[in-house]
Amino acid sequence: MVRSFTGSTVLRLALVATAAASLAACQSKPKPTYPTTPPSTPSEPSTAPPTTGPVTGQATAPLPGSAQDFVVNVGDRVYFDTDSHDIREDARPLLSAQSEWLRRYPSVVVRIEGNADERGTREYNLALGARRANSVRDFLVGQGITSSRISTISFGKEQPIDPGTGEEAWQKNRNARTAIVSGAR
Amino acid sequence: MTKAKARSRNPVAALLFTLLCAITAAALAAPARAEIEVNVNRGDVQPLPIAVPAFGGGQTGADISQVISANLQRSGLFRPLDPASFIEKGLTANVQPRFGDWKTINAQALVNGQVTVEGGKLRVDFRLWDVFAEQQLLGLQFTASPESWRKVAHKISDAVYERLTGEKGYFDTRVVFVAESGSRLNPVKRLAIMDQDGANPSYLTSGDSIVMTPRFSSNSQEITYMSLRPDSSTIYILNLETARRESLGTFPGMVFAPRFSPDGGKVVFSVERAGNSDLYVMNLSSRTSTRLTTDPSIDTSGSFSPDGSRIVFNSDRGGSPQLYVMGADGSAPRRISGGDGRYTTPVWSPTGEFIAFTKQTGGEFHIGVMRPDGSDERLLTSSYLDEGPTWAPNGRVLMFSRETPGGAAKLWSVDVTGRILQPMPYPGAGSDPAWSPLLN
Repeated sequence: MVRSFTGSTVLRLALVATAAASLAACQSKPKPTYPTTPPSTPSEPSTAPPTTGPVTGQATAPLPGSAQDFVVNVGDRVYFDTDSHDIREDARPLLSAQSEWLRRYPSVVVRIEGNADERGTREYNLALGARRANSVRDFLVGQGITSSRISTISFGKEQPIDPGTGEEAWQKNRNARTAIVSGAR
Repeated sequence: MTKAKARSRNPVAALLFTLLCAITAAALAAPARAEIEVNVNRGDVQPLPIAVPAFGGGQTGADISQVISANLQRSGLFRPLDPASFIEKGLTANVQPRFGDWKTINAQALVNGQVTVEGGKLRVDFRLWDVFAEQQLLGLQFTASPESWRKVAHKISDAVYERLTGEKGYFDTRVVFVAESGSRLNPVKRLAIMDQDGANPSYLTSGDSIVMTPRFSSNSQEITYMSLRPDSSTIYILNLETARRESLGTFPGMVFAPRFSPDGGKVVFSVERAGNSDLYVMNLSSRTSTRLTTDPSIDTSGSFSPDGSRIVFNSDRGGSPQLYVMGADGSAPRRISGGDGRYTTPVWSPTGEFIAFTKQTGGEFHIGVMRPDGSDERLLTSSYLDEGPTWAPNGRVLMFSRETPGGAAKLWSVDVTGRILQPMPYPGAGSDPAWSPLLN
């Protein structure tokens, strides 16, 4: 099913926006803040909450140890420079947090998906995405995560998260995503 | 799953051609070139005015001439004249043309023919004339099943092209490519196949996985391609005749960038392990694979020379993606591309004369060609995103995919001089084209 490939990306971004808004109220544990680049994705929930009215609803915080918890409270994606697979300084705190989360939930198995922007040819970009996925894998293994819990794949330039053109979109599309395969709540 | 709609087309059984008569034999024995000659090498050539009146024999005759006319037009080497300007009407293959009538409208060459149906078989006679020399250049007869009329038209186009240019034609060929639909965030990519003129398109896969980079084998009946799923990549070999699909096998990492050897007995491809991509070759009969490169850089996009002795490939071992040539056993790799820019997707031409490639420079993408030693580099196109050239079997035309910013990929072609650049006659979005060899 092609749709399941990235089908939930938009939904997930919307979820992040909603959930993040409610976190301050609901979260018991202080949420670490990580510098991420690009800093924010201006993705808004499709339905704005009513400004007035007797009842207001908020999304509940993700269940600790869930895939949603990982995406919202840790972050599943780090970004790369053009034609580079070096882990950037600004990605290290997020990957350290991923390691910490994976240590806390030792049954979780992940797959690192490497991605490239459209400014390269298909086959080379598959190879480049594979390098990026392995850079993340090596980092996590370096932080003590067992390598058998981590698989990698490259989507090359086939799975952009920003359909636009220009450096801002390309920067978002040069990334590696840590996807939870199994073991989460 | 492969919902292969690959239609079996056994052209050998469906078609046989014979030399028409002694007149033809005499004409063929005459000097190899008549007075008219089309030079495929010159970039500034004026297309040759040619008349292709409707073949006799009803609608099929008219349809056949239209396909021939469109083929010749798209080659950029011929300028089919408007049938409304024709003076002589109702010309069949069995009479001598009134050359004066054709000279008046300045037709340099004339193709006329006749279609008859005999015992359920389609018979097409045609002649090619040098109008000003008043000389027959070619007379051929094709017999085929009636539904193969387009194939007959392509065969005639190839015969005309070959007679007037001295080069093999490329019209009786097919193109396999990736038909794209969906959105950029949720692309649906299906393997598809069509005639080189865009006719008879059909899907070969259902779109349940992302497919990429299909390539023909030299027998035109097998395609190798890569399939990408969320957790795995696979290289397949698909037989068009039987619709049977087999995997190249499982490997420790990703597999991609497959391409057949010229004899069809091997596939060169990339295997990625721990982030390092290297070239391997698999012998398809023994199913054994051999590693060809061991460099800790990206090595991919291998393409055999037509004699099978060498492989051109893409590597960033020198710091940026460049083209290298090595022995087919992996020996003595040598960089052939130079200058500024990033070079990828090298493809050896069927004649061995050139290597086509994609080049990125100055924020633009180009399709270009160079000699196998790296000399005579020429960029043929320039756009926001041109990628992935494939050669027509005569080595004169390249097809590739072009994307505008934010737009869908489309199939385009350019001749090796760079003069004749045009979109392919396929209305949909498509990428990764691969041209078949000439069919039988």
